[in-house]
Parts: sequence; C-alpha cells; structure tokens
Amino acid sequence: MLEAREISMTKGHKPILQSIDFHLFPGECVGLIGPNGSGKSSLLKILAFLEPPTSGSLYFQSQSVPRNVPLPIRRRIALVFQEPLLLNTRVYENIAIGLKIRGLSKGRIRERVDYWLEQFGVLHLSKQSARSLSGGEAQRVSLARAFALEPDVLFLDEPFSSLDAPTKESLRINLAQVFKVTQTTTVLVSHDFKDIVHLTNRALILLNGRIVAEGSPLDLLKSPQLEEVTRFLAYFTS
Amino acid sequence: MFLYSHRRERTRMEKIWQGILAAVHLLITGDPEVIDITLLTLRISGTGTIISLLIGVPFGTLLALKPFPGRRFVLSVVNTGMGLPPVVVGLWVSIFLWRSGPFGFLNIIYTPTAIIIAQAIIASPIIAALTCAALQQTDPKLRLQIRALGATRFQYTWLLLKEVRFSLFAAIIAGFGAVVSEIGASMAVGGNIEGQTRVLTTATVLEVSKGNFDIAIALSIILCLLAYGATLGLTLLQQKQQGGP
Repeated sequence: MLEAREISMTKGHKPILQSIDFHLFPGECVGLIGPNGSGKSSLLKILAFLEPPTSGSLYFQSQSVPRNVPLPIRRRIALVFQEPLLLNTRVYENIAIGLKIRGLSKGRIRERVDYWLEQFGVLHLSKQSARSLSGGEAQRVSLARAFALEPDVLFLDEPFSSLDAPTKESLRINLAQVFKVTQTTTVLVSHDFKDIVHLTNRALILLNGRIVAEGSPLDLLKSPQLEEVTRFLAYFTS
Repeated sequence: MFLYSHRRERTRMEKIWQGILAAVHLLITGDPEVIDITLLTLRISGTGTIISLLIGVPFGTLLALKPFPGRRFVLSVVNTGMGLPPVVVGLWVSIFLWRSGPFGFLNIIYTPTAIIIAQAIIASPIIAALTCAALQQTDPKLRLQIRALGATRFQYTWLLLKEVRFSLFAAIIAGFGAVVSEIGASMAVGGNIEGQTRVLTTATVLEVSKGNFDIAIALSIILCLLAYGATLGLTLLQQKQQGGP
C-alpha cells in the first residue's frame, strides 16, 4: 500500500530521520513508538505526504510519489492529530468539509456523515457547535471526520493522549471495533503500549531517527533484540 | 470678576442646551438637507469600506500565508498604514487627481468618487493588517489538518478565512469606523461642496465655523449614531455567528 525507501530528513544540520525503510501492507495497523524527539511526527508527516523528505523515495500503491504530491494521492489519506483540531463550525460541517472538498453530492455527504457520527456515538451532537464539545467528544468527531473520507491509509498521531483514562479506554474499544469492520490500513503513533497492543498488528520502534526494532507488539516486549530497545520498552511500559 | 465669569459660563451652557434641543427638533422633523448629507455619507463610506475589503482581505491573506523576500518589510509598511493620517491621504490623492496631475484626465476631483478613493486608501491597510494578524494567529496544526483534508490552495485559504471570520468582522468595523469619522481626506479631495460632496464630518466643521451649533450638534449626533449603528449591526452579526447570546 505504502512504501518508504531510504527516507532521511535533516533540519539545519541536525539529522531527524536516517535511512528509514518502511512498508505498509493493505489492511494492517502498524504502531509507531519511540521517545520524544525520536522523529515519529516527522516520519508521520512524510508518510502522510505533508512534508517532503530530504532524501529517499515514497511509493503509493506501487507508484512512485513525486516530491510535489498530486492532489488525488493526497486525498487518499487521512490524518488525526493529538488535538481534535475541529473547525469553528457545527459538528456536521466538520465531518462534511472533507467530503465537500472531494465534490461528493449532498445526499452522499449526509449519508456518510450520519453513518460515521453514529459509529463513534456522537450522532446526537451533529447540530452542536464544535466549540461546545468535551475533549472526548471532540476527538470522536475528529476520528469520524477521518473515517468519513474512507481513506486508503489513515494516520493517527497520538489520538488518545489528551484524554482522561476512562474516555481513552472507551474510545480505544470503539476504534478497535471500527478497525475490525473497515480493515482500514493505519499507522498509529502512541505513547501508551496498551494502544499498541490492542490496536496494532505490528510495531516499529524509532530511536534517534532510526527504526531499531520491528515485530508484533508482544514479541517486541518479550524479547527485545537490543539493549537500547530494552531500556526504552522498560520506560515505555512502566 | 467671579460673577462675570459665572454668568458667561451659564450663557455658554444655555447655548449648548439650545443647540441640543434644536438638534433633536431637526432629527425628529427629518430636515431634508441633514438626511441628504447622512445618505451621502453612508454611500461614500460604505462603498469605501467595501472596496478596502476587496483590497485588504486578499492582500492581508497573501502577507499571512505566502512567504516572499521582504515580507516583513511590507508587513511593517502595512501596519504603519493603519495609522495613516487621513489628511496626508487627502493631500496625495488630490495631487494625483488634480487637473494637471497624472490622473487629472479622469476629472473626478471634488466628486464623491474622489472621497471614496481616499477612504478606500485609508481603510485598506487597516483591513489588510487585521486580516494578516488574524490568519497568522491560527494554529499551525489546524493549517496542517486542513491540508490533510485534501484541500486545494484556494479551498485551504477559504477555510482559513472562514475560521477567522469573527476577526474579519472586527476588521470591517475598524475600517468603517476609520472612514466614517475622518475629515481631512474628505475635505481635501471632496471640497465640501453642498449637495455633492458634503458629508457629516465636513458639514459639522462648516456649521461650527459659522456658529450654527444646533445643526452641528444634530450632525454630530447622527454621525455618532451612524458609527454606532453600523458597529452594532456588525457586532450582532459577529456574535450570532459565534453562537453567543
């Protein structure tokens, strides 16, 4: 589905990412973990076509992606950030905007918006202003907005980290159910190993701009190959 | 000495009071001249504000969203333009529109069009600077999110402008407030010609110079009501959009 070959990124003279090779298969959910400053967000932006890498190449559905990413390719991905980042308008409009941008008919937009609001349990908030929502509600709307686009690849950048524990737990369960049904190809960045274990099939550990370990989340936890990975995982799971 | 000064003070107060009563009378009876001046003021300042909106919003957007060499310098010039003295604008517009000036062939000096041009020049930097400031204050992550939604450049700009619409309303209020209350430019390029270019501010000054305080007070009350009315209308619209009470 998505492939990165020898991706590197430098800011000034500082290397942020070094020789990243990454392959995302259709229908899988890959977890990306690493300490602050390890390059997770930079990698996510590159993979989501929001920033070009300094060097290396990207392939989307086996086709090379040019540096200036064409709009039709950009429109096949969706992104959810740590903050809900909703526009200052009604909840319905927030979901509908991405679909309007894609030129869908009013009927299809309504159908999709209502469906995804219902999937995330926020259909009753449809007419409310986005500003009036609680943190959990707003993040549900943000996830509904991303799924409504029916993306080929979904990127989730620490989507639960600003939520309290019970809200996080309920949203994690909700998201797992949605993944089961949609089989959406996803990259999930998280600081919580629970998210990685429950939601992903495969995890990558990023340290100092390099992928240092890869495998199923539980295998990584049981038998880390490197000492630095052991140290990181001990800290990460504590 | 004290008695004389006290009496003179009382006479002055009586004159102002009489002026206010006469002004109320003029307003209630709907003096045709006052109405004409008010309508002309509304037409000129309204058109000037609309033109400055058409110039200021795109220019402010460009300054906020498009990096180019010398952008900070241009921005500082635009910010300085927010405090541009109307009389200076009036002087330069007059020079350009004067019969022997570069645009003299247009023959529009001492017409409402000339005042509209001058007022658009006064309000444009205000609207441009406030638009730029509003856009620059948006969350960079929100901008990234809009791009991630698959927006084209135009859709991206449009969505951001919609996001800062309340600040844009404030910019319109500020622009209209600046032009409806200015006098220097209107006097310089309009000439305060009765029935043609006489607006509320220039008419007020004229009546004061003639000692007609009743008419001057009436005009000043209308000017204040006009500024307040327009501001109130835009504020209500702004609050309604924001979902406030």
